[in-house]
Amino acid sequence: MSIQPVLLWSDALIWLLVLGVVAFGWASSRTPPLRAAWRRVGRNRPGMAAATVLLVFVLIGLLDSLHYRPPLANRTPDQPAAYSIEVLSALDALAAPLRTRMEKTYSAPLATRAYAKESIEVRDAGGAVHAVRDFPRLAFGGAHLGEDEAQRDADVLGRVLAAEVVALALILVVSGVGAVLLARRQAIPWPQAVRRLWRGDTDIAWNAVLFSLGALALTAAPLLALCVDYHVFGTDKVGQDVFYQVLKSVRTALVIGLVTTLVTLPIAVALGILAGYWRGWVDDLIQYLYTTLSSIPGVLLIAAAVLMMQVVIDTHPQWFATAAERADLRLLALCLILGMTSWTGLCRLLRGETLKLRELEYIQAAQAFGVADLRILARHILPNLMHLVIIALVMDFSGLVLSEAVLSYVGIGVDPTTISFGTMINNARMELAREPMVWWSLAAAFSFMFALVLAANVLADAVRDAFDPRAAVA
Amino acid sequence: MFAYLVRRLLYAIPILIGVNLITFALFFIVNTPDDMARMQLGVKRVTAEAIEKWKAERGYDKPLFVNAQASGVGVVTETIFFTKSARLFVGDFGRAEDGRDIAREIRTRMGPSLAIALPTFVLGLFVTVCLALMLAFFRATPLDFWGVVLCVAMMSISGLFYIIGGQYLISKLWRLVPISGFSAGLDAWKFLILPVLIGVVSGIGSSTRWYRTIFLEEIGKDYVRTARAKGLSELAVLFRHVLRNALIPILTGVVVVIPLLFMGSLLTESFFGIPGLGSYTIDAIQAQDFAVVRAMVFIGSVLYIVGLILTDLSYSWVDPRIRFES
Repeated sequence: MSIQPVLLWSDALIWLLVLGVVAFGWASSRTPPLRAAWRRVGRNRPGMAAATVLLVFVLIGLLDSLHYRPPLANRTPDQPAAYSIEVLSALDALAAPLRTRMEKTYSAPLATRAYAKESIEVRDAGGAVHAVRDFPRLAFGGAHLGEDEAQRDADVLGRVLAAEVVALALILVVSGVGAVLLARRQAIPWPQAVRRLWRGDTDIAWNAVLFSLGALALTAAPLLALCVDYHVFGTDKVGQDVFYQVLKSVRTALVIGLVTTLVTLPIAVALGILAGYWRGWVDDLIQYLYTTLSSIPGVLLIAAAVLMMQVVIDTHPQWFATAAERADLRLLALCLILGMTSWTGLCRLLRGETLKLRELEYIQAAQAFGVADLRILARHILPNLMHLVIIALVMDFSGLVLSEAVLSYVGIGVDPTTISFGTMINNARMELAREPMVWWSLAAAFSFMFALVLAANVLADAVRDAFDPRAAVA
Repeated sequence: MFAYLVRRLLYAIPILIGVNLITFALFFIVNTPDDMARMQLGVKRVTAEAIEKWKAERGYDKPLFVNAQASGVGVVTETIFFTKSARLFVGDFGRAEDGRDIAREIRTRMGPSLAIALPTFVLGLFVTVCLALMLAFFRATPLDFWGVVLCVAMMSISGLFYIIGGQYLISKLWRLVPISGFSAGLDAWKFLILPVLIGVVSGIGSSTRWYRTIFLEEIGKDYVRTARAKGLSELAVLFRHVLRNALIPILTGVVVVIPLLFMGSLLTESFFGIPGLGSYTIDAIQAQDFAVVRAMVFIGSVLYIVGLILTDLSYSWVDPRIRFES
């Protein structure tokens, strides 16, 4: 069984981003001011707790960025390998039970029976068959219980308790290993190491990291224990597991939040520096460009551009081998369009900062020594703007994730086949008027989005506090 | 002052021309009218005649920039650029897909949009400034800390959640006001109260935190220490000195959106069924009505530029130190 790896464009960008982060981490470990700033982030307890949560989201997203096409099953050995046109990811493979166990339609979280009544044929004691209107039994939700549905509550409770015990044991083991490592590193007896760890008396706020790891384990363990045999968050209209959809949405949100800023960052940095450094007609031209772009209200520019992109994609079906490639290109195009409307703010900021920097003595000294302009820009100006770029990158993230949901609701977001928080909310919206209400899709999407955005906001604050020189003085 | 205003207005012209060119490029060069016709008529089984007819009905059958067949000024005026893009400057927006005049539609829909957006804006500004002042007054206390935590949590919640949650709680569960709808007369208030309330609540998180930062920055300045040294009470310092000086950065963000209030809010209007410009835009986007989207982009940027000019003017009003030399 061989598989055909598929590298989607967004995958390539995501892995490029990972490489970039590693390279940047290496570069900042060699630059004292950047190293000091990251140390400040490391000491910030809320920031480190948020970073831990974000890291888990990023891991889910990275797993979901390894794509492949599975081989088709029924073929004779002498035929050439044929691959399914369905593109799967490593996450899909791990979550195969979640993905493949489809019900007929809606079912509530942890339910064993469907949400709506149907006619079921029942064979009575005499052997006669007659139709009864009742809630049909789910094909997979709680299937292991068999006929014994009354056992469900006890089963769920037992699994949750067992999972919590395991999670608690796990976190204690991890903390213990951490304490032992700390004790060995600082050459202190281990009870003292435990105390230091607990108080956060370490270089990095490890107590916050361990705390949020614990909280994550305590929430994730019961979910994992239950999702094997139940639909933890219920199923949606076509019977797909909502927990699976939420997991898949994470990657879309990350792509929107990170790739968007990344693809437009070079433009914003280059134009901002050029305008501020050369002034004159270059400045006028660049200012005109970003004033014009920013004077179109964002949503409308996005709407216009997305409508046009849809026409281009719909009139060129021959460009895409699989539906996944088309959806992926649409996601990337959305990132580009979102970026087009958001780079102007950063560009204006960088221009202003460059204007200030170029009047400083060390730049003037470099100019007097006859250092080439490009070298001054690269050696003296760009490094002094890095903090603004980093702050912009983390501050934009949460706003972009939130706007994806809104745009998908308006109908100018990601491809309808792409699973994202926006499409989940949009699909669930239709069912709000039903009685009893179908609330689980909405609740799952909103709570995961809230966790992601809250973590991003808290980390953004920590990074801003650490990198902003004005804040450092205060 | 007058000369400054004239110069600003003149500066707006090249920007509007730029906006016009961008929209023109997006709507007619990235996609030819043929593509649009195919999109509207359905991609499959569309005849060349049907496309020609569609284009002729909408006036898309002319050349883009130069009409070689026409005579006199017709060389320039009988083109798509002149009839569709340049005419936007004189307020001629053309017709929507359903044949209605867009300019008229915009005039009638402006009222409902303003009825929602203006109270939301005024009330929201008042509430957030008050809350921010309160946090600044109780700075470095547990109230301030938990207030900021609440703000960060509130700004991490999707705007869609506020709307869906509010509608469910207040209209469906408690049945206090209708879920959605609008009426033109005086009884419109019961349709307006929920969207305005939700609009205010959803804005509290980010604005309060932002204003709090501005107030705290202002509180650290020397004149505040002087005011305290004179023996003024903390409240007098906050309201008479800090609030007035903090108005300048607050105005930068606030005045610029005032003209845009005319455009309404996309989400609120579509969820609450308000027949304003926001829902008009959403309907146009979903029906792929390019003429309407084009018109809204143009109006939006005009209003934004007006907002920028108003911002500059308001500076000299709140801060007499700022003068405009001409």
